[in-house]
Amino acid sequence: MSFAELNLAAATPEILLAISAMALLLLGVFLGDKSMRLISWLAAGALCIAAYLAVHVAPATGADPAFGGQFIVDGFAAFMKVLALLATAAAILISIGYASRNDMMRFEFPILMTIAALGMSMMISANNLISLYVGLELQSLALYVTAAFRRDTVRSTEAGLKYFVLGALSSGMLLYGASMIYGFTGSTDFTVLAKSLASDGQPAVGLIVGLVFLSAGLAFKISAVPFHMWTPDVYEGAPTPVTAFFAAAPKVAALALFTRVLIGPFGPLLLQWQQIIVVIAVLSMVLGAVAAINQRNIKRLMAYSSIGNIGYALVGLSAGTQLGVESVLIFMAIYIVTTIGAFGVILAMRRKGEMVEEIGDLAGLAKSQPLLAYSFVIFLFSMAGIPPFAGFFGKLFVFNAAIDAHLYVLAVIGVVASVVSCFYYIRVVKVMCFDTGEGVFDRPDPTIRVVLLVCTLFVLLGVFVPGPVAEAATSAAASLFPG
Amino acid sequence: MTDFPILSLTTFLPLVGALLILVTRGDDAFVARSARILALITSTVVFLLSLYIWFNFDRTDPGFQFEENAEWMPSLKIGYRMGVDGISMTFVLLSTLLTPICILASWEAITVRVKEYMIAFLVLETLMVGTFCALDFLAFYVFFEGVLIPMYLIIGVWGGARRVYSAIKFFLYTLLGSVLMLLAILAMYNQAGTTDIPTLMQTHFDPGMQKWLWLAFLASFAVKVPMWPVHTWLPDAHVEAPTAGSVILAGVLLKIGGYGFLRFSLPMLPDASVYFTPLIYTLSVVAVIYTSLVALAQEDMKKLIAYSSVAHMGFVTAGIFSLNQQGIEGALFQMLSHGVVSGALFLCVGVVYDRLHTREIGRYGGLVNNMPRYAFAFMIFTMASVGLPGTSGFIGEFLVMVGVFKDNTWAAFFIATGVILGAAYMLWLYRRVIFGELTKPDLKNFLDLSPREIALFVPLIAIVLWMGIYPSSFTAIFGPAVDNLIKTHQTALLHTQQTNVAQAGASGSGE
Repeated sequence: MSFAELNLAAATPEILLAISAMALLLLGVFLGDKSMRLISWLAAGALCIAAYLAVHVAPATGADPAFGGQFIVDGFAAFMKVLALLATAAAILISIGYASRNDMMRFEFPILMTIAALGMSMMISANNLISLYVGLELQSLALYVTAAFRRDTVRSTEAGLKYFVLGALSSGMLLYGASMIYGFTGSTDFTVLAKSLASDGQPAVGLIVGLVFLSAGLAFKISAVPFHMWTPDVYEGAPTPVTAFFAAAPKVAALALFTRVLIGPFGPLLLQWQQIIVVIAVLSMVLGAVAAINQRNIKRLMAYSSIGNIGYALVGLSAGTQLGVESVLIFMAIYIVTTIGAFGVILAMRRKGEMVEEIGDLAGLAKSQPLLAYSFVIFLFSMAGIPPFAGFFGKLFVFNAAIDAHLYVLAVIGVVASVVSCFYYIRVVKVMCFDTGEGVFDRPDPTIRVVLLVCTLFVLLGVFVPGPVAEAATSAAASLFPG
Repeated sequence: MTDFPILSLTTFLPLVGALLILVTRGDDAFVARSARILALITSTVVFLLSLYIWFNFDRTDPGFQFEENAEWMPSLKIGYRMGVDGISMTFVLLSTLLTPICILASWEAITVRVKEYMIAFLVLETLMVGTFCALDFLAFYVFFEGVLIPMYLIIGVWGGARRVYSAIKFFLYTLLGSVLMLLAILAMYNQAGTTDIPTLMQTHFDPGMQKWLWLAFLASFAVKVPMWPVHTWLPDAHVEAPTAGSVILAGVLLKIGGYGFLRFSLPMLPDASVYFTPLIYTLSVVAVIYTSLVALAQEDMKKLIAYSSVAHMGFVTAGIFSLNQQGIEGALFQMLSHGVVSGALFLCVGVVYDRLHTREIGRYGGLVNNMPRYAFAFMIFTMASVGLPGTSGFIGEFLVMVGVFKDNTWAAFFIATGVILGAAYMLWLYRRVIFGELTKPDLKNFLDLSPREIALFVPLIAIVLWMGIYPSSFTAIFGPAVDNLIKTHQTALLHTQQTNVAQAGASGSGE
């Protein structure tokens, strides 16, 4: 393979991330743990530059392969990378205050997040079952460590261990599926797979089995039902900034990968995988709505909420059309901002330095910290899908794609689940605004305030969001549908 | 004048007021006082703006006026479009009239978190006016659904003892109906390629599909109206909401349901509307008779008026689906009248509630002795609610009964019994609260209406009498629009018949 064929320019963002992660590691070793703040800011800066570069290197139309077709850069990848990288940067920034109070001031933390972001970026651009697996494992290994980052608390280590064991299981399933696919088609390259599957008439049963295993592995990563068991426990046990991170960036990356695999190489098998995705979507939406009702811990509640939200994203994917992919992109963009914002609020809710995680303890927040409370109200209504907030438009596009693909029953189940899920969102609003509590809450950290301001404005001015985001998503989605 | 975005200004000016209140700083008493004053000023200016619309409205034009067009999501052909016709214009006026009255009514009743309360009311006004002005289905939905948020907070934060239950019930009930309508909107959008309301009115949807769409619309509007059997959220919400919240709820929010039937179900789904008319008649008749009987048994004043609202809205739905000029005009008139009258009745309850802090009818009696002015105001609105000739209630009920009679005599017969039952429960309520001996010790030192309360009731009394004595100034506004609505409806039905005949002919010749 010649140097020109490598096409290193296409991978500039990933190269930048890899180099900066290593450079920051060196810096951290020399400066010690007191440099955590500095390294966090540098890592966030590197992630933002990488996000800019991701847009910069993407071709306007079509795809730009690199590393002999292992790696691909297109509009879709650019869109998803921007989401994942910026979400990581935001997660690093909102974690500084928490880390300084909870004995997490170790410089490895932002670096691990950067490495995870590098893995995500590779997942998003993967165009081969092998590069898919490499990216996924790079991301997952970094995530396992961050989940257990407060290694002297039992809950955090338990979360890390649980995540690792179950994650390894899902990786195994994914690899098994990939090997079946390779065995029945003779290739791991997405482009070759797409061609051969399109020309074949009836797909082999073994291939379908492989596809099912691959889907199961990926469904685990996006915590879709029935592969969601780990989510509430890990979300609850992991340090809160890590939970914020888990709920946002890795979901984007895994869903991007899922979308690319299903639409690209397995596009011709739409009728086969559509049933799987529809079932997963329905189960996720319903479980996310029903199981959250009885939760007392806000982090567990957010875990079920994210399961439900992934269900809505899968509704868009199950349409299998360009409109569907577009709706997934829009939905994820809005989901990311809302999630980061909501976790920003959760991180900011402290009484005399102690984190508040029980929902009942939030009583009186509206009186003590009205701005914090009302921005949380806005995020909750947005997640519930009430207009005029941004979250409504995310769901709107997803259901529009479902209706367009004649998946009427799916859409009806989806909106009903959305009403059920409304119950627990507005119950949190009720606790914050209606109930009177004694507690006085602390003032949030400055970085959290900035992140919250940006997220709140985005969600509050939701009516202006769909225009530009939809435009970007349209061209991004088009890159997955050549011709 | 055509370039001047008067509708957007009317819609969004309350938001400006809300922002001003938001940035007010100072000690609590100052913030509360300036919030009240700012809210009152803003809503009064909005009302004056809507009067400008009233006076500049072309009463001969049946189409949309003051139209505005702006890009929103150009790639999807979804725009921000505003415009009013004779049907929606009167509702805009009703909303902008009731908001300042509500703010004035809450002047002393609301003492905690005044700032948030006033912001919630101004945001609510924006959403209500926007609902009636929107000419894009998605924009309509955004306003329509957004109303839930401020109303949820108003009931939940400033409501009575069981406010949490009521607020959540109100929210979920209404939401469940609306999301089904959202799917219907999306289905129509996928068929027609646009969410522009005038275009959708011209689009012919397949009669089989129309039925599903119509049912989805029914799910949303029937809950809003509310129609029996999905009315149970209303008594709860009314009882727990603060007085001003009840006024807006009964005065405007219920009307959105009726407006929805008129604006969407009838013109966009003409065949299904005809098909389902017996269903609507049945539900309306049950609503009128059953909820009137329930109202007779109530011990709580607000609950009684809430059930009477369901009964009165039963007249409205029956009138709308009679599908003739009298019926629809009567329904519109009844909605406007009920908006003013039920709002005023809730204010009447609020007056005594502020003094004794109970709504139990048995705790009152003989108020005519020491509150003659209050007794007078209450009487006017009771009579209007009963439908006494000379008040607004009579015109609405009469026209509805004429319209329904033309279409279906039995439905008209049953609905007419509602008038008698209505007289029974309202007069009995009046008798128990106002007449009799003033024996209860805690009522003896009640003061009559304060100047602020008189200022609330005078304009409402004037409107009730004006509507009752000279209804033409209102029917002249929506008359042409209703006429147009019925004509396009007939054409659409004819169109379906012709396509059916043509299809039958085509298949016949093919065999």
